[in-house]
Amino acid sequence: MATIQVDGRSYEVDGKDNLLQACLTLGFDLPYFCWHPALGSVGACRQCAVKQYRDADDTQGALVMACMVPAADGSRISIEDEQAREFRASVIEWLMVHHPHDCPVCEEGGHCHLQDMTVMTGHSRRRYRFRKRTHRNQYLGPFIAHEMNRCITCYRCVRFYRDYAGGEDLGAFGANDNVYFGRHREGVLENEFSGNLTEVCPTGVFTDRTHSERYTRKWDLQFAPSVCHQCSVGCNISPGERYGDIRRIENRYHGEVNRFFLCDRGRFGYGYVNRDDRPRRPEWHGETEETVTLDVDEALDRGADALREARRVIGIGSPRASLESNDQLRELVGQANFSTGIAEREQVCLTRMRRLNRDAGLPTPTLRDVESHDAILVLGEDLIQSAARLGLSVRQAVLARRERLAEARGIPAWNAEAVMTLAQDARHPLFVAYPTATGLDDVADRCLRQAPDDIARLGFAVAHAIDVKAPAVEGIDESTKATAEHIAETLLAAKRPLVISGGSLESTAIIEASGNIARALATRGRRGGLMLVRREANSTGVELLGSRPLEWALDELTRGAADAVVVLENDLHQRLPSGRVERALSAARTVIVLDHQRTSIWERADLGLPAASFAEGDGTLVSLEGRAQRFFQVFEPRYHRPETRIHQGWRWLQALRASLKRRAVPDVTLDAVTRDCARHHPALAGIVEASPSADQRVSGLKLARQPHRYSGRTAMRAHLDVSEPRPPQDPDTPFTFSMEGYYGFDRPRREVPFAWAPGWNSPQAWNKFTDEVGGHLRGGDPGVRLLEPTEDIGDYVNEIPPPFTSGVGEWQVVVLPRLFGGEETSSRATPIMARAAAVRLHLSEEDARRLEAEEGDTLVVETSLTRLSLPLRVDTTLPSGLVGVPAGLEAALVTGDRAWLSLAPEGEEEPP
Amino acid sequence: MTANRYRCRLHQAAHERRLEMHPLTWWLRDDGERVGLDEYVAKDGYAVVRQVLGYQRPDEVIETLKAANIRGRGGGGFSAGVKWGLTLKGEDMPRGYLVCNADEMEPGTFKDRLLLEQAPHLLLEGMILGGYANDSCFGYIFLRGEYVTAARAITRAIEEARAAGWLGRDIAGSGFDFDIALHTGAGRYICGEETALINSLEGQRANPRAKPPFPGQSGAWGKPTVVNNVETLCNVPAVLRFGAEWYQGLSGERSGDGGTKLYGVSGKAHRTGLWELPIGTTAGELLDRAGGMRDGRSLKAWLPGGGSTGFLLPEHLDLALDFDTIGKTGSRLGTGLITLVADDQSMVALVRNLEKFFARESCGWCTPCRDGLPWTVKLLRALERGEGRPGDIELLEELAEDQGPGKTFCAHAPGAAMPLASAIEYFRDEFERGIARPGKDDVVPDGPLSTSEA
Repeated sequence: MATIQVDGRSYEVDGKDNLLQACLTLGFDLPYFCWHPALGSVGACRQCAVKQYRDADDTQGALVMACMVPAADGSRISIEDEQAREFRASVIEWLMVHHPHDCPVCEEGGHCHLQDMTVMTGHSRRRYRFRKRTHRNQYLGPFIAHEMNRCITCYRCVRFYRDYAGGEDLGAFGANDNVYFGRHREGVLENEFSGNLTEVCPTGVFTDRTHSERYTRKWDLQFAPSVCHQCSVGCNISPGERYGDIRRIENRYHGEVNRFFLCDRGRFGYGYVNRDDRPRRPEWHGETEETVTLDVDEALDRGADALREARRVIGIGSPRASLESNDQLRELVGQANFSTGIAEREQVCLTRMRRLNRDAGLPTPTLRDVESHDAILVLGEDLIQSAARLGLSVRQAVLARRERLAEARGIPAWNAEAVMTLAQDARHPLFVAYPTATGLDDVADRCLRQAPDDIARLGFAVAHAIDVKAPAVEGIDESTKATAEHIAETLLAAKRPLVISGGSLESTAIIEASGNIARALATRGRRGGLMLVRREANSTGVELLGSRPLEWALDELTRGAADAVVVLENDLHQRLPSGRVERALSAARTVIVLDHQRTSIWERADLGLPAASFAEGDGTLVSLEGRAQRFFQVFEPRYHRPETRIHQGWRWLQALRASLKRRAVPDVTLDAVTRDCARHHPALAGIVEASPSADQRVSGLKLARQPHRYSGRTAMRAHLDVSEPRPPQDPDTPFTFSMEGYYGFDRPRREVPFAWAPGWNSPQAWNKFTDEVGGHLRGGDPGVRLLEPTEDIGDYVNEIPPPFTSGVGEWQVVVLPRLFGGEETSSRATPIMARAAAVRLHLSEEDARRLEAEEGDTLVVETSLTRLSLPLRVDTTLPSGLVGVPAGLEAALVTGDRAWLSLAPEGEEEPP
Repeated sequence: MTANRYRCRLHQAAHERRLEMHPLTWWLRDDGERVGLDEYVAKDGYAVVRQVLGYQRPDEVIETLKAANIRGRGGGGFSAGVKWGLTLKGEDMPRGYLVCNADEMEPGTFKDRLLLEQAPHLLLEGMILGGYANDSCFGYIFLRGEYVTAARAITRAIEEARAAGWLGRDIAGSGFDFDIALHTGAGRYICGEETALINSLEGQRANPRAKPPFPGQSGAWGKPTVVNNVETLCNVPAVLRFGAEWYQGLSGERSGDGGTKLYGVSGKAHRTGLWELPIGTTAGELLDRAGGMRDGRSLKAWLPGGGSTGFLLPEHLDLALDFDTIGKTGSRLGTGLITLVADDQSMVALVRNLEKFFARESCGWCTPCRDGLPWTVKLLRALERGEGRPGDIELLEELAEDQGPGKTFCAHAPGAAMPLASAIEYFRDEFERGIARPGKDDVVPDGPLSTSEA
């Protein structure tokens, strides 16, 4: 700690900070541009000038840039000093010399840091009378719009994109007052985190293109605290709604998870919520009748009748639905008839992972904590594709060695450019074992491209090298042994080693290998971490419900042991071969589907009940970290589309159960179903505490979903009804569908729909909600962790597979996760479809040669279950004998399957 | 002899020069050709390398340098010895680099060019000694790209020195390994700023770096790095040969600083060129040596050492041209090559020309420089065209003030502000003449209506 004096008053601050961080943490409004809590200081914009005095006798003082001066004990500064104020106003004036002043048509307007800072400094009159410099803009792909004339040259974009996220195709070009930030030529931004440019850019150079088509100012959007449903990481988001559609996703600060950044799938993958073809009313697809849309009561009656007639009803849950919905389905059909809806091979992995989280001796770090590990082994995951935000944290962990080296030489961690200069390409060791190239290879010490079984063998060998009591790998070759020993030594030498693995390759051997390494490290007393990647938003949570896999449910139907099925938010065709799914559904007399998407299952259901997506519903998810987090309804769909009958899955199921028992449908609330779920499953007892209950009040008020400047409320429904109805009431949450309610920053609260503080309209307003800039929410970071390790370390597992050998004329399938296109719901969003790379079969150079196939040739891949033709991509990193297939393409292709390849005969060139 | 060669001509013939009085230029030939290795060695060149390497400890070398107090001849005036002393070295420190700043691009400055083209071995000898003192593993000469003749001379000299064992492994049997490479710049003035130079050398954008850390702590590729000007390094062999006391004595009573200085004259003088004279020589003496003003003009103002120094008046001609004396006037010695302005030259046009250069050469990193300098140029151009408006001069003063030291990221904009502020201070009437005098009925528009454009 250090004591500094600001305008004559003394404050306690963190002496490791710079003066700008210290001042912002103290709550002062000191303007800045180039500094960013996650990117550090570079001293470029000169906006945060303050007067600094040497000592009490120094009355003159000198201007310094607060971001470049340590908050050393005894520092004396003045923010209010006249010269400092005038200089800060001048800086804005210079920045605005070429700025187009196009706020009325600029999509940053209303959440623009430049606007905020301009108002803050009081610059209001333009003295520059000459012509402005202009730029040409670029097409940067489906996510990001580019308007360079608004640029104030703060360099944040390139610093985020290149230095933080590892992107290479965005740069600073030119010099003097003609610096251009863009690509060397037009084209899609390649980095998976490009969307953060829209928040990192302090003005409107990079804006959200997906928002652009139907644009709404931030102050006119309705927000709720939500959790991203597009993978298992559990990033916190603030979706913004207007007129019943989600218009954009903003990052919602969480001090332990996503902090300032999201991946592009999470930010831009929301389009499925707005699809025109979404089911919005219950549908009855009778055998003889045409499709009829029903009202709620009718739908419940028909559903209840059908279920009543059934001998036995199977319930199929979903890892993309909330715990509450899954639990209510289980309640409806009974534990004995409930399936998780997860394919067996995946569920086995999930169960192994859950056990390891408890008995491998090492805790699961939060994403923030991942960044403080100093040696990382990734076994069988391409994190940038399977859990992108985690991959970004791993990148920071690896790069953090630079800060350690700099600190040893007296260079503070915030001095970003100096840190990079000193440390050059010094990195913490990262080892990645994966069948092909991954998104972290550029910062990895060693990339081991191996078949899944060989990855597992390597992992077991590493565990054995750490602790000889761990089973040894039979018949291991010398080079693998040496590699394993090197990795083991590196992990042992680290202060905090981290092992990351997961279910992407659906290999229990890989997962157990990572478990053995964790146990070995724990046995050797290392304070490390074990992170296990799951596939979907609630994979971790649904596995904790402890039920049988999807295959069991289908078999029960197929063999006639049950004759009705209720499927919750789950397109089964994405999980198991279509034939098997179809046989089961055909055998069932009644198929009831709840979903928010018109999936192939929905189309063939007898009764379809329109479930809420994350945008219209609330519920609880458990992330890969074991963190239970609540997401809250953003808007009430009936307000703008009165004909819709969308309800949360749990609400439908609760009502269906009541109808089945011929009881009146009760007024059930989120808190009640959450409590039920917690009561039914001891492992989930903690989820009640994951967020405040509906009766939370701040200053006696509910919390507003809408900013206090929200406009048009009396007019926006005028085309439906001239009289304005009462805003929808929300019995489930502490939030109002209104601007009425508490929206301030000064009373700590955990769940913040949108960040706003007086004078701070941009995402920078989050600094007002945290205990220190870049720290934790003052009201506590949301969520509760469920999977902490027990004292007892489990026994080593000895399930070492034999080494991979490629058979003659046959290949082993490896399904490769894809950030864009490899996930069920986001793949239904237009921008994600546009961004997804063309699907290709990956084959090694050697194998392509053997098949006499060249890049782009159509290949036929055949397994015992399916046949598919796809163009070839020669993958120079893939080992021979493997064939890589992009995820999300064909459920019948499973990692580990045997496949036969051939060149497609002439004419058989199906476009993918 | 080409026209280019003529401009950096030394006006002291070989017979006028003595080693003890002209440690920099004594080596040069009258015909202006490069002094090759044989000739250099014949004149006892590289003797100091043999004398020092392995016989003096690096810290002893640095002590001598500190005592001699060679002040940075690139214009900064910082003691080379102190700089070397602050450069990190030792057991637990990686060996760093010695970089010669030969990116001579200061307007009106052409002194390093003379040494680079004609006495490259003197520079190499200075660098070897500097490398030894600082435990550098490698040396770079960052040369202005347009100095093609110099590039040839240095390349040849490096080859010769390497072949003769003055560069490479185990130099002169001392066990000290050191080599030098030439890097030719791509043409940015900002590369003369030592940290921008390092960035450019590394292949990055030529933006200056934040200090601290200084290059001596973390310079090229993060290693301790010394950056010295050509002339500074060329002083080193003589200092180590004759000692600090001798060096201090060279300037006699003229100055508190020691040594000689390569002075020069450009502008409307009868004879422009270079002279090696004791530091502290007055501008008046230089003007005399230059044969006075050309074509009967009289002197209106002069820049003491390049475009980034403040204007001085004829009344300042008697001042000693050294760092402290000129510094007291509010200007800077800079490179010590004076630029003369005749009474028929427009200060507004002259300053506009300078500011245009500085605005163009801004790296674009910090706001006051990047966006302030072009505005300055546009205001000056308006004044030049008689389209200035009331308040423009005050605005120029405000801009110059806001580009002062500490407010900008590096010294580029403060350097640009110096001639502007001093020109307005001394010749305000010339600026005022640029302000349009509207008739009674004319209303000067307040808003951004004018299309007058830079």
